[in-house]
Amino acid sequence: MDLIAAWFSHLNDTTGINFTVFYDPFDRARFAHGFLVTLQLCGVTIIGSVLVGIFGAWGQGARSIWRRRFVQAYIQMFRNTPPLVQVYFFYFGLSALLPTVKDAIGNAHPLIGGFIWASISLICFAGAFNVEIFRSGIEAIPHSTIEAAEALGYTRLQTYRHIVLPLGLRICMPALTNNLVNLIKTTPLAYAIAVPELLYVSNQIWSDNENVPEMMILLFFIYIALVGLLVFAMHAWEKSLRVPGLGK
Amino acid sequence: MAEPLLSIENLHKRFGQVEVIKGVSLTVGKGEVACIIGPSGSGKSTLIRCVNALVPFEQGSVKVLGIEVNDPQLDKLRLRKHVGMVFQQYNLFPHRTALQNVMMAPIQVLKRNKHEVESEAYALLKKVRLEGKEHSYPGELSGGQQQRVAIARSLAMKPDLMLFDEVTAALDPETVGEVLITIRQLAEEGMTCVLVTHEMGFAREVANEVYFTDRGVIVEHAPPATFFANPTDPRTKMFLSQVL
Repeated sequence: MDLIAAWFSHLNDTTGINFTVFYDPFDRARFAHGFLVTLQLCGVTIIGSVLVGIFGAWGQGARSIWRRRFVQAYIQMFRNTPPLVQVYFFYFGLSALLPTVKDAIGNAHPLIGGFIWASISLICFAGAFNVEIFRSGIEAIPHSTIEAAEALGYTRLQTYRHIVLPLGLRICMPALTNNLVNLIKTTPLAYAIAVPELLYVSNQIWSDNENVPEMMILLFFIYIALVGLLVFAMHAWEKSLRVPGLGK
Repeated sequence: MAEPLLSIENLHKRFGQVEVIKGVSLTVGKGEVACIIGPSGSGKSTLIRCVNALVPFEQGSVKVLGIEVNDPQLDKLRLRKHVGMVFQQYNLFPHRTALQNVMMAPIQVLKRNKHEVESEAYALLKKVRLEGKEHSYPGELSGGQQQRVAIARSLAMKPDLMLFDEVTAALDPETVGEVLITIRQLAEEGMTCVLVTHEMGFAREVANEVYFTDRGVIVEHAPPATFFANPTDPRTKMFLSQVL
């Protein structure tokens, strides 16, 4: 650790290439915190949006026309508007309608903070796509397979859980991976509502040190690594679900 | 006489403007085997699909062990516990092994104990002569093997009535035999069966009663000896002369 810090400090002294986050403890702490927030944002929104996809695709097959219409309206709303507008809509629009809470010294704070609003809005955004992705997988399942489950006494929910979802997931996996990659790349939008994620803290750091190119390079590498990690995990998952004689 | 296990009375079914079943009645007693034969499009498959409520119908009555199927309040699970069905295209769950396919419904639908169900499933697969294939996935099995897994899967629910919907139609002639052996064995054990089939030889050997349907009605029915030797209706004669 000390060796790395010394090397980057030396690099700055000799060439002016200034990676403060590697040798300055204050910047390193800020940056590490930003990275942690980005990780949390990714984790929460990936899980949340996949759940939205699973329940949304279930709702699309509901008997009640109103439930189906509700899911459809949700998809149209979040698929057809820019994600930045959605983030603003939640943070400035909806948040303004909610009551505020006072802290110990009497300052008013919004009931729900930026991180949660960013999570909600990104979950809604990616979730809308996930519903359609799951639907595409589900529709590829032969109706006769579902009929066989029905003949065995399965209810619609049991069929969805034990047969439709596991089969549909295998089919839609590549599309799901794509959308989740996109989701990771959309998390820096949280910057717009002052969530201290990677891009936000990077901005703070380059404002203090005037090292924009260095921070940019760092950002690129971190996002490449994050997406690479996700793709690796998704491929491993896909492989673990592979069944002889099904698909490939 | 005891009440028949299955009784169908004046069943009518239409798809849009087309009436595919125009008043069919038949009864099957416990332990009997009924074979339904007839040209394609005569409503045979639709008829047996009405029996386990896979297809709703407009008019008439279907009773399985006294349960009226044509009832808006029908408890479908209760009905389907009594009625097993095997399909032309096997329709196994491709993401589960043969053994899991047999175990799934008793565990997930009937909420039975896994260990109990597992030993029964091994026994059922042995019964359909698939010992050693328990852990194969459907995609690794031949058509005849898959169809026998499908039969075992239905039997795992301990039905009182088995419906077979052209179960050998998708198989090559060599493997048809291995599936028919299994069905014959079931019939001999006293399982009540309704078969939609094109296997005339099989119908002749195992059926108690053969029904010939054409254009949505039962043209003629008789025990197989009479049916195949002395068909009375010209349409039946015509059909039999073409297929035999």
